[in-house]
Amino acid sequence: MNPDLDQIWQWLATVPDPEIPVISVVDLGIVRGVAWQGDTLEISVTPTYSGCPATTVISADITTALRQKGVDHITIKQQLSPPWTTDWLSDTGREKLQKYGIAPPQASGRPKNCPQCHSIDLEKISQFGSTPCKALWRCKACLEPFDYFKCH
Amino acid sequence: MDPLFQFLLRMGDNTLVLGHRVSEWCGHAPVLEEDIALANTALDLIGQTQMWLGLAGEVEGKGRSADDIAFLRDVWDFRNLLLLELPNGDFGQTLMRQFLFDAWHSVQLGHLINSSDPRVAEIAQKAAKEVAYQVERSADTVVGLGDGTAESHVRMQAALDYLWPYVGEMFQGDTVDLAMKEQGIAPDPASLRDDFDALAGRVLAQATLTIPQDNYTQQGGKTGARHTEHLGHILCQMQWLQRAYPGANW
Repeated sequence: MNPDLDQIWQWLATVPDPEIPVISVVDLGIVRGVAWQGDTLEISVTPTYSGCPATTVISADITTALRQKGVDHITIKQQLSPPWTTDWLSDTGREKLQKYGIAPPQASGRPKNCPQCHSIDLEKISQFGSTPCKALWRCKACLEPFDYFKCH
Repeated sequence: MDPLFQFLLRMGDNTLVLGHRVSEWCGHAPVLEEDIALANTALDLIGQTQMWLGLAGEVEGKGRSADDIAFLRDVWDFRNLLLLELPNGDFGQTLMRQFLFDAWHSVQLGHLINSSDPRVAEIAQKAAKEVAYQVERSADTVVGLGDGTAESHVRMQAALDYLWPYVGEMFQGDTVDLAMKEQGIAPDPASLRDDFDALAGRVLAQATLTIPQDNYTQQGGKTGARHTEHLGHILCQMQWLQRAYPGANW
């Protein structure tokens, strides 16, 4: 008897992103589809950035987590289209990022406020940060540098 | 020779060779932020390479993976633009080359997102989002350095003078390009020139730099007819592990 898909989504929601473990792969919006084909579970995953080295780790983490729940047959399909966008980041994902100290993406292309002191007096240090999905900003009020999750 | 396969090699070899060149800066850039930015740029390019060369292998139908194509071909089988295999030079020259390529790449991908081949269109849609970010950064940096100090201005003008003869190759067409155009897969390279000139002209003017008047063009990279001596040196470094230890994996 296959576990139902709601159950699978709940399990997937506990698989952390390997580079930003405070959010799950579901929060990140990269799990695009889950379906049973007979007794094999097919999961479609889309990369955030084409060169993101976390992509293979994410597939391995998903497989490991579901195996522990007793799902034995899993295929992970890489899906390119439509390309991933930060619009798919869940609202809870955005809140978790902010609390963790990473400013969530904004349509304006710049962080809304400093995740530490909430000041809006900010400056960009670099368009790129420690992972492909982030840029580096600094708060001019509390002087703390912080990561900004790029709008993509 | 399947023209689609050749076209895909050209796209993938461009990003592979430039990605490798840019990665050479890792740990050497002038400041930490630039080091990280260059490594991120290289990573995007290598990611795009996996998609283009992966599809090339699929189209070829001989069971070759993107890795096989990247690591097990010699110089004469590479189809990248000569511009991209040139040594990095100083930081300014690296960023000038990046801008010239990004400008062409963004225009090219803008057409490929509407390719008649859905696989090409999908890859282009993914890459176009990344390249839009790349060109914003390389253009800003070219303006910052060109319209910067007397020293940085002189270096950026020298970089432009040195690299400009390699720009023309981007717009030269051959039978492969003709076949791509006829099948609606990719645009005629010459048709991209106006959009490129508009973008490059605007940015370089803002950077207070002068585009050389001489239109002499170096060529031979995208056809594979004549690469520079530099490509062999890149391949030595990039491929030695797979050559010395075939099939090595970790």
